[in-house]
Amino acid sequence: MLLSTRGLSKQFVGLRAVDSVDFDLPEGEIRALIGPNGAGKTTLVGMISGRIAPSAGRVIFDGRDVTALPAHRRIALGMAYTFQITSVFARLSVAENVALAARRRLKGSAVGSAVEAALDRVGLLPRAGQEAGDLAYGHQRLLEIAMGLAQRPRLLILDEPTQGLAEGEIEAFKTLVREVAQESTILLIEHNMRVVMELANRITVLNFGAVLAEGTPAEIHLNAEVQAAYLGGVSDAAAG
Amino acid sequence: MDLGPYLVLATLEGAVTAAVLALTAVGLSLVFGVMRVVNIAHGEFFMLGAVIAWALAHGLSGHPAVGFGVALVVAPLVVGALAVAADMTILKRLDYDPERTIVATIGLLYIIQQLTLMGYGPDARPVAAPFNTRLAIPWFEKGAEGWQMIWPWGLGTTSYKLAVIAAAVAVLCAVWALMARSRIGLVMRATQSDREMALAFGIPVERVYALVFGLGAGLAALAAVLIVPIQQAHYLMGADPLLLSFVVVIIGGLGSLPGTVVAAVLIGLSDGIISVFFSPTLAKILATLLVGLVLVFRPQGLFGKRGG
Amino acid sequence: MRVYALHAGLIVLLFALHFLLPAYHHGNLARVMVLASYAIGYNILFGYTGLLSLGHALFFAAGLYGMGLGIQHLGLAPAPAFLLGLVAGAVVSGGLALLALRTSGVAFMIVTLMFAQAGYLTLLYFGTYTRGDEGFVIAQASRALWGIDLSDPGNRYLAALILFGTCLLLSLWLVRTPFGRVLVAIRENEERVRMLGYDTFAHKLAAMVISGTIAAAAGAGYGLLFGYAGATFASVQYSIFPLLWVLLGGAGTVLGPFVGTLFMFYLIDLSSGITTAYMLIAGVVLVALTLFAPQGLMGEVRRRLWKGLP
Repeated sequence: MLLSTRGLSKQFVGLRAVDSVDFDLPEGEIRALIGPNGAGKTTLVGMISGRIAPSAGRVIFDGRDVTALPAHRRIALGMAYTFQITSVFARLSVAENVALAARRRLKGSAVGSAVEAALDRVGLLPRAGQEAGDLAYGHQRLLEIAMGLAQRPRLLILDEPTQGLAEGEIEAFKTLVREVAQESTILLIEHNMRVVMELANRITVLNFGAVLAEGTPAEIHLNAEVQAAYLGGVSDAAAG
Repeated sequence: MDLGPYLVLATLEGAVTAAVLALTAVGLSLVFGVMRVVNIAHGEFFMLGAVIAWALAHGLSGHPAVGFGVALVVAPLVVGALAVAADMTILKRLDYDPERTIVATIGLLYIIQQLTLMGYGPDARPVAAPFNTRLAIPWFEKGAEGWQMIWPWGLGTTSYKLAVIAAAVAVLCAVWALMARSRIGLVMRATQSDREMALAFGIPVERVYALVFGLGAGLAALAAVLIVPIQQAHYLMGADPLLLSFVVVIIGGLGSLPGTVVAAVLIGLSDGIISVFFSPTLAKILATLLVGLVLVFRPQGLFGKRGG
Repeated sequence: MRVYALHAGLIVLLFALHFLLPAYHHGNLARVMVLASYAIGYNILFGYTGLLSLGHALFFAAGLYGMGLGIQHLGLAPAPAFLLGLVAGAVVSGGLALLALRTSGVAFMIVTLMFAQAGYLTLLYFGTYTRGDEGFVIAQASRALWGIDLSDPGNRYLAALILFGTCLLLSLWLVRTPFGRVLVAIRENEERVRMLGYDTFAHKLAAMVISGTIAAAAGAGYGLLFGYAGATFASVQYSIFPLLWVLLGGAGTVLGPFVGTLFMFYLIDLSSGITTAYMLIAGVVLVALTLFAPQGLMGEVRRRLWKGLP
């Protein structure tokens, strides 16, 4: 297991956002985390990455209990996180954005090569000199992914990466993820069911902060409880 | 004087300080509470109140009470209007960005202070109080025949100082009534709570901000008019009130009016007592360190809420 | 490379001016160079890391008094006294950083302001040792560095130039290292930097200590070269000045601090000939800058003419 959580919970005043989640993610898998709005997906991932402190429970990464470690230490251990609301360095160039991600592990000329490689993979190399804030929204999301790639992470956490992308961009994204999955384990929060069904090896469904179901896309597709939670949304999206 | 009477004297003096400080600090607190900006020039609005009071008292002949009475009304209005102008020309254009506002109000501080230096000069000038009867205060001592009332020389206050305390209390009650009971106060509190919603409800937020900024400055000016017969008007007199108001507002909790008043009483009294028994410089050192440490370790102050 | 040519060129130009300037401007420029070093230190924290301190006079004074008291009361020679000033600056800035970096934004500004004020008042309180506002003169004899009399205008200018040149090239190098780039990124989006795996607290702490130590170097240098230490240098005014100089010259540019200091120095010099209220100019410039030109002179140059200007 690359990543495990045991009894992970988050209690806000008056709201149990995440309820005692036990989660296991083996290395090399593409796992999708889905659930209705407010199900606790971003909070769960926040606790895994270290952005949010848990109320209870443990996070184990690569055999190590990282619950007490601050976010930057977990990232340094091999996690990478792309933000749900794009959070690039708007006034810096595209290349510098990726370079910052790469410089944590590389030095000197190796940085430049890593930046070029990452930008090339997402298709942003022609825009390397542009100011990141000038990019179209879809391209900013790709930049986020490039920044993740430049870190060569063991675990790449993608938080709603296809939101706001056009059809063609989504296709390119799927190809990219399949390629990256050969080097990194992927944890994907997604609302786009077609992407989830076509990409994921396994799916974890959250509802009201607890794990509702877990299984292969086919199993989840047929799961009555999941369908109920989404009010028929799953089967509709999968069908067309 | 023995310790007992000395303490009473220090407390009385401290009460006057606290009264004036409460008014000044409430002005600062209002501005931060509603507008979320820190006005470093607040002490200069205070100073202007005193200088205008001197100008009016000096210019109007007759009984000092006349000039003083006029100053009591005119000075806060003039300073308030100036503040409104500053808000509309400068602060609004900065979109009330907290950091840029601080830098701009620092600039404003120097502009007001130096223009006053140019116009009013570097001297400290007194203003006569409208009335000023000495009132001796009795003390009790156990003598051979039991408790006796004595009148230690030096233990006394003046009718004017008592009047200052009374006036400050009255104005604070009026401000509280304004905020808690009037429509304008409701509008201000709504804007403080949620600026976006206030806008959506058609509240002219920018006008509210201008009004609040003017009100805050006016309160400081009023406080200065009250203290100037006791102190004296000087172009640098804004520095201490600024520091002390800061201490009060941060300890009382930025944006909390009751907290501000309680903290003002505490700080005013202790500053007075420490200044009398130790040195004013030491009192100031303690005050500045206190603000710094409270901000670091307990940023919500005594009464504020976390994140407020 | 063009960048190094430009910055080295400035130093060469200043060296040439040593021989060309009349006495009045020669003395002024020596002063400007030391104060610009202070501004360079401030710029590291404000312009590059994005932390607005209102208490840098504390560090300047730490250097000034560390050096001054070292000579006056400990009988140190100039060089070890200067080092003592540096150490004082580093310790004070490190200590303040550990406290102040627990806050951010407006609270950070006020915390730095408050501790600097406390420092200034403490200097006044211990007036028996520090001579308070009045200050004390550091005798000419005590300011002979390795046999070179620093009170001589010629030596003084060159010493100031060495101090300034060192600070300028140091800051140029620093902002282009990976560490410096992370500082800029922290200024732009601190949360993102954290989530890229960097310890942002450690970075900010280091930035503050570097900034404070350079400020202390300027303070110690000022005392050594101009022979005077007074509490005014610890007052709020001397915390506002570097902010003013850096804003005017261009925050986040290497040359900005010098440009701003030079400009403001002469602006105030000219206006103090007209009125005692010369700080009015400072006030007006501050307001005008925040309203109309927050990126300052070199910032404008970078925006319009030379994109890659560090």
